[in-house]
Amino acid sequence: MGIGKTSGEYELIVNGSKFSISDSWLGESLLYVLRERLGLYGSKNACEQGECGSCSVMMDDVLVCSCLVLAANAKGREIRTIESVADGDELSDVQKAFIDTGAIQCGFCTPGLLVTIHDFLDSNPEPDQSEIKEAISGNLCRCTGYGRIVEAVQLVSIRRSKRDS
Amino acid sequence: MSILEEHIASSAGIGISASRPDGKEKARGDFLFSNDLSSEDMLWGQTLRSPYPSAKIKRIDYSRALAMEGVHAILTAGDVPGENIFGLEHPDQPVLAFDVVRYVGEPVAIVAANHPEVAKKAVDAIIVDYEILEPMVDSEEAIYSDPIHPEGNVIRHLVIRHGNPDVVGSIIVEGEYEVGMQDQAFLGTESGIAFPSSDGGVNLHISTQWLHSDRDQVASALNLPNELVRVSLAGVGGAFGGREDVSMHVHLCMLAMHTGRPVKMIYDRNESFLGHVHRHPAKIWFRHHADESGLLINVEAKVILDGGAYASTTSAVLANACCFSVGPYSVPNALIEGWGVRTNNPPCGAMRGFGNVQTCFAAEAQMDKIAKALSIDPVELRLLNALETGDTLITGQEITGTAPISEVLTSLASYPLPEAGTNAILELPGGTGRTTDKSHVKRGIGYAASIKNLMFSEGFDDFSEARCIITDGEVSIQSACVEVGQGFVTLVNQIVEETLGLTEVTLLPVDTSIGSAGSTSASRQTWMSGGAVLKACEAVVDALLSDLASESGISYEKIGLSLISTDGSDSIGIVSALHGRNYDEHVTHRHHPTFPLDRNGQGDAHVSFAFAAHRAVVDVDEELGLVRVVEIATSQDVGRILNPVQAKGQIEGGVAQGLGLALLEELILVDGKIVNANFTDYLLPTAMDTPPIEIAALIEQPEPGAPFGAKGIGEPPVISSTPAIVAAIRDATALELSRVPVKPEDIALTD
Ligand code: FES
Ligand code: FES
Repeated sequence: MGIGKTSGEYELIVNGSKFSISDSWLGESLLYVLRERLGLYGSKNACEQGECGSCSVMMDDVLVCSCLVLAANAKGREIRTIESVADGDELSDVQKAFIDTGAIQCGFCTPGLLVTIHDFLDSNPEPDQSEIKEAISGNLCRCTGYGRIVEAVQLVSIRRSKRDS
Repeated sequence: MSILEEHIASSAGIGISASRPDGKEKARGDFLFSNDLSSEDMLWGQTLRSPYPSAKIKRIDYSRALAMEGVHAILTAGDVPGENIFGLEHPDQPVLAFDVVRYVGEPVAIVAANHPEVAKKAVDAIIVDYEILEPMVDSEEAIYSDPIHPEGNVIRHLVIRHGNPDVVGSIIVEGEYEVGMQDQAFLGTESGIAFPSSDGGVNLHISTQWLHSDRDQVASALNLPNELVRVSLAGVGGAFGGREDVSMHVHLCMLAMHTGRPVKMIYDRNESFLGHVHRHPAKIWFRHHADESGLLINVEAKVILDGGAYASTTSAVLANACCFSVGPYSVPNALIEGWGVRTNNPPCGAMRGFGNVQTCFAAEAQMDKIAKALSIDPVELRLLNALETGDTLITGQEITGTAPISEVLTSLASYPLPEAGTNAILELPGGTGRTTDKSHVKRGIGYAASIKNLMFSEGFDDFSEARCIITDGEVSIQSACVEVGQGFVTLVNQIVEETLGLTEVTLLPVDTSIGSAGSTSASRQTWMSGGAVLKACEAVVDALLSDLASESGISYEKIGLSLISTDGSDSIGIVSALHGRNYDEHVTHRHHPTFPLDRNGQGDAHVSFAFAAHRAVVDVDEELGLVRVVEIATSQDVGRILNPVQAKGQIEGGVAQGLGLALLEELILVDGKIVNANFTDYLLPTAMDTPPIEIAALIEQPEPGAPFGAKGIGEPPVISSTPAIVAAIRDATALELSRVPVKPEDIALTD
């Protein structure tokens, strides 16, 4: 196909399903494969340099920038993307809070932030404001100035603690 | 009050924090942005760009590139079917460079291939012989030097002469200021897909701000009638002015028509920085004259905006920079001279705040200098000079609408200040770097105020079309208004609910099958396209009342009253009255006309004005030159709040961009080449950089003539936030700081 070496065939486990990838170029990032080969367009490509977090996915329960992971190196790992965050039609509590607080404008940063925030709240269920800001500081948003996003995280934290008490 | 106005006032749609109708899709990752579009047999496009700021093209050889496996087309200037020229206000830029290149990044050739990497390799394999020329990269020198473009180097020279510019004040303050090149840096880079169509035309799906302007420019370059170029909006990942100009549009269409296949293109971040216009860098000189009480009596200024190689919107940006150069103050005498200049730097054009940003930074610094010279409180000085309704701008235009600058300033000044820092590590300027020694931290407070014109100026025929279609009790709205994230889609629902009482609204696909809605820019879409949608809905109500009147023999007015009566027992309600009836109302909405500026820069050139003020509190680590913005408080003149949460989001987002210009964001040019065209080196504010943004007050004084009395709110937050932050740093450090962004070395490395 004109770019030399292909990586042959490999399998990816994404959102619990197995996908076989064939005839792909060895240099393709996980982000590219998710988007252009598997049609999972929820992960976004704002910098492809590890700076913006809009491509954030979970790989074996670790938050990674999928633009920095070679797809062929992700074989055998459990990948979870934004597409797995809602439970069918039911939005997750963080997704709902984003809508309720007005944390979404253009929405380009939103999937990456949602993946990041779910991971963060799992490890820190009652964060204070500066912990929230630090946790999302790897995710750039150009539209919101982050105020509504921080509020969304606070809202989830409050709703979860009410639910659990 | 008309029947309809009463109806509006009694309803609930406007003024509530309705949530975005596209929120769910966006939260799920299902919303399709322009880069998410694909097609079975599509090819990938890629652009070869000039590596030089000024050069002659001697020869292009793409034979080797074209022979590469997977490469389907390589096109150059000779392949442009129509006029090889485009431009937003004025065509002066080649679609593909043919004889010379005038900036680093100028498109020279385009490629279509079966894989994006193949397309990139093909681009690398194209050989271009350039004869390198000496670039003109200094905007001041460019005014008088050899032209870099057949139309010369001065895109516009504007003089505003008002009153008696020779008046001398007892207090005179003077200063020279500079503003660096800021970028819109929307997160979703330029992308789109073009499909050739069987009728010989083309369908382009693209993220943009103005479909019809794109359509016209593409049609002319393709030598097609407008009807054969159909432009559809694809999901937009932010815009902020950077998508007003044509970028890949013609290229995509050329490749699709040439190959007979769909072609998709996505700029990577580096290419995005090269592929769109930026905020104009500015050099500004001011001399303010005041009397002993602090009253401004004369302002002199010279403003040079670097437009880069092509005109884009430079002319209008310059008009804004000059017309509003003195800020939201009454100034009886003024002489303002501005130049919008061509250089071999990257082209500059629209960015949120559009010219007002540059001069506001300088003029607000001047106001602080006057306050200091007279030992007057900076807010007092601004209040003393604040414009009011009935006052005249330096362009001779009387402000006939609302101008609550005093209310804006007073409410801001009385808002409580944040408490002293806790000195927790994350709250020190060094932040997570843990570099700050507390003893070097100084706190400062700064204020700034701004004026922004709303909508297009200087006689432009500014309009928006909308359709309201009722079929069996269901409502659809059609408008070509571009949603870039600002929340127009929410507003449409609110307007429909307000006027028709219907909560389920279908927004039809946004494309060129209806007339223009104008650009999503200039804080204009709520007024223009919101106004058009309102009118279309009102037209439906009107038609309904007429039909009911003729069917029943009861007068139109009476029916109106009973329809809308909330407590009247005989009210049938508009929703049930609409049931079983069909309407299709198509309207055009215009604002009142504006006029060109005369040769003294005088004239009623602008439609309406919005005001804002910001107060910044900063902690400065003087040793390391680090600044932590502790809080930004703001008051803003909004006319009327239509959606409180969306208003807050616009304000917070705008302030963050103002903070970026104050402290972080600059495209650094070396000999016309951007050396930091990536997110590692072009620093956008993160959540850690952005402080709490406190809204002291949103002043609601309905603007006459504005739909719902609402003023545009998108731009003011970005304008005076920058000078407020720099004023606060000056307050902490006593440094002059006449250039933004303020960098650590500007603070730490001074004598
Ligand atoms: S796209 Fe991966 S971090 Fe920006
Ligand atoms: S909402 Fe647009 S980038 Fe975050």
